[in-house]
Amino acid sequence: MTTFKLNGEVRTVDTDPETPALWVIREQLDLTGTKFGCGMAQCGACTIHVNGRAQRACITPIASLDGASVTTIEGLKGADGSLHALQQAWIDQQVPQCGYCQSGQLMSAAALLADNPNPSDADIDTAMRGNVCRCGMYGRIRSAIKQVAGASFYDAMEGSQNG
Amino acid sequence: MGKWTRRGVLSAGVLGGTGLVIGIAVRPGNPTETAGHLVAGEGDNLLHIYLKIDAENRATAILPHSEMGQGAQTALTQMLAEELDADWDLMSFEEAPADGAYANNALGRAYLFKGINFPDSVVPTVDGLMLNVADAIGMQVTGGSLSIRATGQYFLRAAGAAVREMLVKTASKAWGVPESEIRTAKSVLHHDGSGRSAPYSEFAAAAAGMTPSSTPKLKKMSQFSVMGQSKPRHDIPSKVDGTAMFAMDVKRPGMVYAAVRRAPVFGSTIRRVDDGAARAMPGVIDVVTIGSSSASGIVGAYKAGDSVAVVADSYWRAEKALGVLNVEWETGGKETVSSETIFAQFDRDISNGVDRKHDVVTGDANVAFNDATTILTADYRVPFLAHSCMEPPNATAEVSADHAEIWIGCQNPLGFRQHIAAELGLDVENVTLHNHFMGGGFGRKSNADYGLQAAVIARAVGRPVQLVYSRAEDIRQDFYRPAVQSRFKAGLDADGKLIAWQNTYVEKHEPIEAPLIPYSVTSQDIGHVASPTHVPFGAWRSVDHSQHGFFTESFIDEAAHAAGRDPFEFRVEMLKDKPRLLAALKRVAKEADWTRPLEEGRGRGISLQESFGSIVAQVVEVTVSNGKTWVDRVVSVIDAGYAVSPDGTKAQIESGVIYGLSAAMYGEITIENGAVAQSSFSDYDAIRMHDSPVMETHIINSGAEIGGAGEPGTPGVAPALANAIFDATGKRIRTLPIMNADLRSDSEATPAVAALGA
Repeated sequence: MTTFKLNGEVRTVDTDPETPALWVIREQLDLTGTKFGCGMAQCGACTIHVNGRAQRACITPIASLDGASVTTIEGLKGADGSLHALQQAWIDQQVPQCGYCQSGQLMSAAALLADNPNPSDADIDTAMRGNVCRCGMYGRIRSAIKQVAGASFYDAMEGSQNG
Repeated sequence: MGKWTRRGVLSAGVLGGTGLVIGIAVRPGNPTETAGHLVAGEGDNLLHIYLKIDAENRATAILPHSEMGQGAQTALTQMLAEELDADWDLMSFEEAPADGAYANNALGRAYLFKGINFPDSVVPTVDGLMLNVADAIGMQVTGGSLSIRATGQYFLRAAGAAVREMLVKTASKAWGVPESEIRTAKSVLHHDGSGRSAPYSEFAAAAAGMTPSSTPKLKKMSQFSVMGQSKPRHDIPSKVDGTAMFAMDVKRPGMVYAAVRRAPVFGSTIRRVDDGAARAMPGVIDVVTIGSSSASGIVGAYKAGDSVAVVADSYWRAEKALGVLNVEWETGGKETVSSETIFAQFDRDISNGVDRKHDVVTGDANVAFNDATTILTADYRVPFLAHSCMEPPNATAEVSADHAEIWIGCQNPLGFRQHIAAELGLDVENVTLHNHFMGGGFGRKSNADYGLQAAVIARAVGRPVQLVYSRAEDIRQDFYRPAVQSRFKAGLDADGKLIAWQNTYVEKHEPIEAPLIPYSVTSQDIGHVASPTHVPFGAWRSVDHSQHGFFTESFIDEAAHAAGRDPFEFRVEMLKDKPRLLAALKRVAKEADWTRPLEEGRGRGISLQESFGSIVAQVVEVTVSNGKTWVDRVVSVIDAGYAVSPDGTKAQIESGVIYGLSAAMYGEITIENGAVAQSSFSDYDAIRMHDSPVMETHIINSGAEIGGAGEPGTPGVAPALANAIFDATGKRIRTLPIMNADLRSDSEATPAVAALGA
């Protein structure tokens, strides 16, 4: 039995202790926003927050979450349902194409900004290099992170430098 | 007219001919009779097969193309809304069902008849015929960068215009005023003389009884107010909060999970399966073998090989049990094939030149080479490539004796439905297919193999099954961009003018024009030889352009340097009769500041490529240091005729650039012992945030026929990058990927060699 907080709610699951949290969250707890991309922590599509830190759910044994506080993309919005500033910036910059990697991208970016509200380009490189986007939207992801950080960025929809 | 096949239509150079920009055509007959039962809900009036309007005056476009990231659904809706004079805030869209009524007759018409404008009286006949043929071959395809330029231009604009005319006619009758006095704006009809106005919805029911015109009047480019605007994509909000529904997010009551392994050596059959250990694993429900015919997909006679699947109560348990399966394969001699033997075969077949087929012969190359004062030769090679979509292939299936229901993300819902019906021995009417957002497609998801496997497994276990490929299975069971070798010989005269161009490569696919060069070289001899391999072929973003763009635009660069000319100026002089190409090339040189000197260790390269009806010119800037290449900046110019959604066009180019860069830098699938050696992002990596360049994309609205955007950004990246590396280092890249090249300067290389020797 593993008991943990998932997006603020206490949940208990009974499954093989080594089962990756990814599959428990998707199949048993029915939160499908967290995506399967590689199963080997090489692509970042499954990124969740464990006690506020970005972690790859596909290699996180469910038993290791006992007592932890876990946030998935479904829990990124405010309690009142308002979008996280990064989610709004993702819309403003028209970041997603296929969108499959974006839950993971957003969770990595949110963990970065929680730690470091004014990241440099190098900080963004380091925090985001574990997240693959095969549609190649890295430039827009960088702009969206900078938009939230209040830094100067290239605004895709405006077609000009902003801030 | 070309031969009518799905692949031919998709990747042929459609709309490449002359003729008027806008074909005018709508589907024949009254839409409610054909498709009302499929798409019209309570309170909806289906005014056109592609358009319904509800009681609240909300209009919905019904789109026969799927969404894999390209955002065409929003742009297609803009095209319809423009001609309808719709209020954009009242417009939405939904994907058409996988049904013959929504087969791609626009693509067929574009392919077979190019820009021909038929007399009004025969348009319904031609379109009805096209619809029948498209339905018959199961064509509801998203690919070939065709959505906007074929469906949007030929059909959705016409649909919007025809419905606007129907509404005006209906209002004119009701109000007793001439049609000419009625104007439309923002989904409202107005008669200014009497001060009357009414929302479209008021006349929608009456207008729905009419048959849409086949020849409505379309707007001119100067009248556009919705087309040409960067409208935010409708699908994006659901893609930032986890609510977007991909096929893998489907859950059916009682659903179980399947993990699959297909014969690693392509085409192999199962000799024996020892599944005792797997069946003893916790949660395992069944082990199912799937014959070759069940996985052949839409690639003609190709047999993919047998596969075996483990079904369990969770995906994790299924995948774990798959790992302990012991399968013996009958590999039929293919186990001796490797990338080395394949390239040796290519080299031999090019040298022998047996049955060499010509793409182009102009002038007399032999005479020209005699006249040449400088002759250069080179062999270029590219490896096999996998697509590696972020979302691995997956499908959910529920199959009973007389019905099947499939949930999947695919690039050809109608074709998949037909293949699955055939495999299960069911009538197409008894197969329901729900198409979902695709987490990437890039050509991979036009092959029905994963849908067929899911259907066969679900039938075997008699309950709903979700089949998910592991990343390793995705990479090892793809339909690959082929490995290709291409041999060049060029002749320059005493003035440094390129007078002869000879090229032989292996294995031609499509588009047929991919290996051609746009430059005015008097004597050209371009041809190919057959050299098939057992590795399955697939359309990979830009198909044959992905390799030939690299080959021809690199070798042109070699010729420029051999002539002692600037690579940009060298090209300009050979494009005097190609104003659009010339304009794009000059624009990119200007935007990239081509003549500005760069620091030591940096370089700049240029490329030009026409593909899928669009022209793309690119400049790449690199820094090469200690043998490591950093791509600093990519400047792209696209002339797609007219950008319906400029930000969408830019996003497609940015995406195409990164896809091309990933392949150029890291992309390499190798064959060892007959099978793919790679299995994950660690050995088949992609560009990531830290090595993603600054990108600048510029749009030329030349007013030429509308071209594609999804693929044209990809082919020119590799050559511009390789040309930039030559500029920086003096080293010519003739084999991809670049990560395999030793780009260290002599001084950088020497200490390392000394250290090794010590």
